[in-house]
Amino acid sequence: MIRVLLWLLGAVLLGGIVHLATVLLIPVMASQDAFARLSAFAPVNTVVAIPAPTPEKALMPFMDPAFVTSICRYDLSRGPLKLSVPISQAYTSVSFYTRSDVAYYAINDRAAGRRVIELDLMTAAQRADLPENEEITAADRLIVASPTTTGLIVIRALVPEPGWISAARNALAAAQCRPQ
Amino acid sequence: MPLLLGTAFALIVAAVVGLGATWVALTRGTAYGGVSIGAWTAWPKNGTAGIDPYARAMVARTGELPVGSGDGVAFYAGTDDSGQVLDGRCDVLLGGITPQARFWTLTLYDSEGRLVANSAQRQGFTSQEIIRKADGSFEILVGPRARPGNWLPTGGIERYVLVLRLYDTPVGMATRSGREAPMPAISKGACL
Repeated sequence: MIRVLLWLLGAVLLGGIVHLATVLLIPVMASQDAFARLSAFAPVNTVVAIPAPTPEKALMPFMDPAFVTSICRYDLSRGPLKLSVPISQAYTSVSFYTRSDVAYYAINDRAAGRRVIELDLMTAAQRADLPENEEITAADRLIVASPTTTGLIVIRALVPEPGWISAARNALAAAQCRPQ
Repeated sequence: MPLLLGTAFALIVAAVVGLGATWVALTRGTAYGGVSIGAWTAWPKNGTAGIDPYARAMVARTGELPVGSGDGVAFYAGTDDSGQVLDGRCDVLLGGITPQARFWTLTLYDSEGRLVANSAQRQGFTSQEIIRKADGSFEILVGPRARPGNWLPTGGIERYVLVLRLYDTPVGMATRSGREAPMPAISKGACL
């Protein structure tokens, strides 16, 4: 009897380890996560518009249909990236996600405080390599450090009323992400 | 022989317990660390690098991208204020005011996060589209039949989820109560 209970205790402990391991492994193994869905769609280091969600078809679940969206799938292995996004009339935001869909940074038009959201995206190592004086002269240059070499930039412009859609599209059409 | 049998038994139990717990946590589980106000719950931490492993696994499984915390915060409601599941065959009244935000959007999804087809081709409202009363509050009728005013059609589906997203807002991880962030009340009316 005691032997069976011991086996059961061991089994449950092992089950706990299996549980934790699978939870930690799922983000690494997932083949249908947002990054994978968008990778099939977007070339690297280029801004592309993604279709608005409809009841029939949506690239991702829980997309906000009130926005026009563009993405830039980035790869920093060859060097930092420059991003510029002209802001639209209503509300524009830029969100950064790692390779495993973690939102590590997001900024909106008001926080950027200009007509164009401009920033440099680089890895921590590339940032450390920046010459010091250059960092001082470019004090107002916004630098974002990416925790991973690859990831996603999601650029969104709000369409507060249906009539504003072309203005929002035009703003995003002029967005650029390119290697420096 | 008992050793072999015991090992096999333990491995099977471990697999069932471990995988079962993962499955339950990711499909049924309501992630912890949420901010609940009335029927609404948000997980502001999911929009930061501090997202917990369970939420990461959930996001990876569903394929969605959480709203970044510098962008906004998303509140989800799957029930009304009395805890009853939102049923697309019933009328639901959403009324009140929203927390401080430059813009907000309200969207209706099925439980998988898909938009719902309907004759009016309306899946939600933005803060600018809504018709308000003189005091700035508003009422949105969520239901299967067309209504005057702010009507959000459900398409008659059985279960749905309402998502209220606040953009450029002070509401976030530090928000504790409905006094800081007054969310609209959700009350159920008549059913078909």
